[in-house]
Amino acid sequence: MFTKILIANRGEIASRIIRTCKRLNIKAVAVYSEADQTAPYVQLADESYLIGKPRVNESYLNIEKILRVAKESGAEAIHPGYGLLSENAEFARQTEAAGLTFIGPDADVISKMGDKIAARAEMKKAGVPIIPGTEDAVATAEDAKQLAVDFGYPVMLKAAAGGGGIGMQAVYNDEELEKAFEGNSKRAQAFFGDGKMFIEKLIEDPRHIEIQVLADSHGHAVHLFERECSIQRRHQKVVEEAPSPELTDETRQKMGESALQAVKTLGYTNAGTIEFLVDDDENFYFLEMNTRLQVEHPVTEQITGIDLVEQQLKVAAGEKLSIEQNDLVIDGHAIEVRIYAEDSNTFYPSPGQLTKLTLPEGPGVRHELAVEGNSQVTPFYDPMIAKLVVHGEDRQDAIDRLIKAVHEYEIEGIKSNLTMLKRVITHEKFKQGETKTTFIQDYYLPTLTNQ
Amino acid sequence: MSEIKASMAGSVWKLVAKEGEEVSDGQDIVILESMKMEIPIAAETSGVVKELKVGEGDFVNEGDVIAIIE
Repeated sequence: MFTKILIANRGEIASRIIRTCKRLNIKAVAVYSEADQTAPYVQLADESYLIGKPRVNESYLNIEKILRVAKESGAEAIHPGYGLLSENAEFARQTEAAGLTFIGPDADVISKMGDKIAARAEMKKAGVPIIPGTEDAVATAEDAKQLAVDFGYPVMLKAAAGGGGIGMQAVYNDEELEKAFEGNSKRAQAFFGDGKMFIEKLIEDPRHIEIQVLADSHGHAVHLFERECSIQRRHQKVVEEAPSPELTDETRQKMGESALQAVKTLGYTNAGTIEFLVDDDENFYFLEMNTRLQVEHPVTEQITGIDLVEQQLKVAAGEKLSIEQNDLVIDGHAIEVRIYAEDSNTFYPSPGQLTKLTLPEGPGVRHELAVEGNSQVTPFYDPMIAKLVVHGEDRQDAIDRLIKAVHEYEIEGIKSNLTMLKRVITHEKFKQGETKTTFIQDYYLPTLTNQ
Repeated sequence: MSEIKASMAGSVWKLVAKEGEEVSDGQDIVILESMKMEIPIAAETSGVVKELKVGEGDFVNEGDVIAIIE
């Protein structure tokens, strides 16, 4: 096992990784930008190094600086967390070339899964169901229109290198497609340096369900069941839970087997997640694979009792996975809500000075925090400032605990999405498990116009 | 004359209008980037952009004057 690792990330995920390192007696090295000098994770680490200015390309995305700190600090491996460089194949390659271990899958696998077209081809090869769509990038809006006729509207326009909803748009007719094609391609080019677009049949009103996998370098892999992540705003998740409120055991098993088939075909190692869209008849279709730890990993940890960061570290150190599929059982129900520094009505960000932070307590309540009571919430990074995770005997118990906890939560000085969360988790449709990806537009936004 | 102010802290992602350009009420002048979101800052009156106080990449605090419309 490693004796010292560097965490190439910030905020709550850096703190989360450091905590597991401390438990395993691994020294944790943090890196931080000028904007994060007083962030809690910087204090929590054994060593912390300033790596540059607030903008991510001058600090957290600066591969050369991060590798230099890793070498100088004597770290043996780098944990990339999520976001930032976590799915950057070049970073993984350079980390290995510098004689350090990248805590994640092989760089070539990251590359393949980062390109949506290549990922679809790999999944097709693995026998994983994919949504009917184009196999190659679509050159022009005219070509896209012709293909849309073949698939039948509505179709989803997607950037090959996209993420976080950027470059993605549902279109319902030729006119919309024509308008959307060029704009989304340009945005994808600006954000990702790749304007390639492809289209696929739109699965209407689906659930977003993903399977967590763990695989070692000795050919052994397990899946840790599913997470349902259907409640989203601006194509970003807000509420996640495990297990899914609606999935049958039969579909759960099929999805798990599909995910393991994908892992085997790819030669995948470390932790990863296969995301699926699931329709009303429980047909499931590959959406994308995240080749890293995910924001919502705690709900899986709560229902399986497995520390996913610990497993990532062990696998990266070359150890064999000691978990067998048959040993894994779902224990109760867990729900995570993301606390964003943003207006509950408009979803507009709200950076500023936090003046009060009161956290709920009680059995089955877990926090993952990026802030403290007096933190400055800067405009430079994602608005997520904390995660609240609850674990109960069953879904109803988890919801009861969540409602109590969210109502005890207090944030002052900046706007937060607590008001929105309160409405979502107390909504009858949420209680009934009607957690489709259109939940916010169907059930939350109308409550705003009716105020 | 009206001052267009930043509604929140962030970086100037894009200048939409140019100095000397005639703009109408509600037309975007500047796009800010804050917490990975694009925030359009629009003119609150019709007129000519007399001065742009910021350039692309500049950081602004909430309330900072971004442009002057005459």
